[in-house]
Amino acid sequence: MAEPVLAVRELHKRYGSQEALAGVDLEVGAGQLVGLLGPNGAGKSTLTKIACGLVRPSGGGVEVLGRPAGSPEARAALGYLAELFRFPGWCTAEELLRFHQRLSGSAGGEAERRELLALVDLSEAAEKRIEAMSKGMQQRLGVAQALVGSPRLLLLDEPTSALDPVGRRIVRELLEELRRRGVAVLLNSHLLSEVELVCDHVAIIAGGRLVKAGTPEGLAGPAAVEVETGSGVKTFEGAGREDAPQIVAELVAGGESVYRVEVRHSSLEDVYLDAVGGQTG
Amino acid sequence: MSGGQLRAAATVVGLSIQEGVRKRVFLAVLLLTAAFLALYALGAHFAFRDVEGFAAGETKILDAHAFTGAVIFGLAMFATLFLGAVLAVFLTLGVVRGDAESGLLQPIVVRPIGRTTMLVGRFAGAALLSAAYVLIVYFTACAITSVTGDWTPDHLLTPALGLALAVAIIAALSLLASTILSVTAQGIVVFMVFGAGLTAGLLAQIGQAINSDSLHTIGRVASWTLPFEGLYTASLHALISGTSGLTGVVLELGPFGASEPASAGLIAWAFAYLVAVISLAAFVFSRRDL
Repeated sequence: MAEPVLAVRELHKRYGSQEALAGVDLEVGAGQLVGLLGPNGAGKSTLTKIACGLVRPSGGGVEVLGRPAGSPEARAALGYLAELFRFPGWCTAEELLRFHQRLSGSAGGEAERRELLALVDLSEAAEKRIEAMSKGMQQRLGVAQALVGSPRLLLLDEPTSALDPVGRRIVRELLEELRRRGVAVLLNSHLLSEVELVCDHVAIIAGGRLVKAGTPEGLAGPAAVEVETGSGVKTFEGAGREDAPQIVAELVAGGESVYRVEVRHSSLEDVYLDAVGGQTG
Repeated sequence: MSGGQLRAAATVVGLSIQEGVRKRVFLAVLLLTAAFLALYALGAHFAFRDVEGFAAGETKILDAHAFTGAVIFGLAMFATLFLGAVLAVFLTLGVVRGDAESGLLQPIVVRPIGRTTMLVGRFAGAALLSAAYVLIVYFTACAITSVTGDWTPDHLLTPALGLALAVAIIAALSLLASTILSVTAQGIVVFMVFGAGLTAGLLAQIGQAINSDSLHTIGRVASWTLPFEGLYTASLHALISGTSGLTGVVLELGPFGASEPASAGLIAWAFAYLVAVISLAAFVFSRRDL
């Protein structure tokens, strides 16, 4: 199996007496888009910050392309957008990207800046001062900034929190494009519907522990079979598609008339609520 | 430091300078400086004119002209140091903890440049801009004094370099404070330290005037602990180091009382102090979770 782009092993982080992460294991492979879900204070941002070297772990470790998180080689391989970020208001979008190109050693020049601004639909705002931009524009610029230097790993902490539906769609399409280019993405988000739409793997963290992980389809398993009969709607909890013929056969054998059969699946929201046990931060 | 890190450091220096000059506060500092220099020109003009009338016909045992030039230019140097300190603090205000809390720092620190390079770059930007500012104000005040009263300091360049190094030290202290303190606390603490340094110089001066060795020693130790004060008094000394006779003696009674020449030890100590403060700031920054 190919080496994961991001490998989190037995990761622990304590802030005084509070344990933010209590032994988390997670991997993100090339071209994989992993959604990190969990209530506020679950440890998602802490994990992301450790991965980019902003926070030191108390135990365990994180590797980016086999290099310890926080090392210059690891930092050179990643792009990051924090949940709470700010850029100098006095500079323009073009200047900001040029500044980050210099910091990351990117040789992309003007072509890269133009491409990144186009990707986040900010071509028209290249010369606009950041302080004159809306929060949504700044967030899209933040995504473009994270992509400077063509990183192999992208760490996005709530990248769509300030975006309107159009902005979200732009970011969603961008993430799909990045997946096609083989970029590994760890997307930390509260928006379950969005994670369900774009991510091919989901990890749910609660209380500093990884409580559930898998593909959105795999996690959202069958919830019930609903059958409309002459005597009303009957629900068979826990039954799946393969159970439907037998349920119908038994109902018919019992003298019921069957008008409609529907296999209901649990949504990612159901899975999430079940996994976090109703916790909220 | 590798070539890549040097380029990255130069980028951060450039950002610091750009950030400094493009903020509105910098324009305010420039306007206030222009106002100060205009008032200084007016004050110098009247001071030289009046002292000429006062000293006319008297026996010239005291060179009133040189006395006036040294005193008013010494005061201009104090104002220059003060304005330079304000600028140094303003340029380094919140660059670590403040910027981390507002989310400005994280996108920069995750880049491969590393925290130390980032910190050194921020310091270099603030120190260069503050030093350039101090040199411009110093030489402008010098030119004003020369034009209005035909007086120039005994040494022209040494005091300017002393002031420039003094504001670089204040910028370093402010940067160190920014790694630990919130923005408001940083500003307050650095100005209190600045005031403490100047008070130490005053103590040394009083100690010399009343012939108190203890007071003089306390003042000297304190001013070496905060070497921007030692550099300032050395710069003052360089203004009048060639002035002799009664004029020199009278000047020694005034603001130049406790001034001493800049020894090689003081200069070496000032540079070592600068390196130590930046290293400590880098160490504290490297241990901080962002």
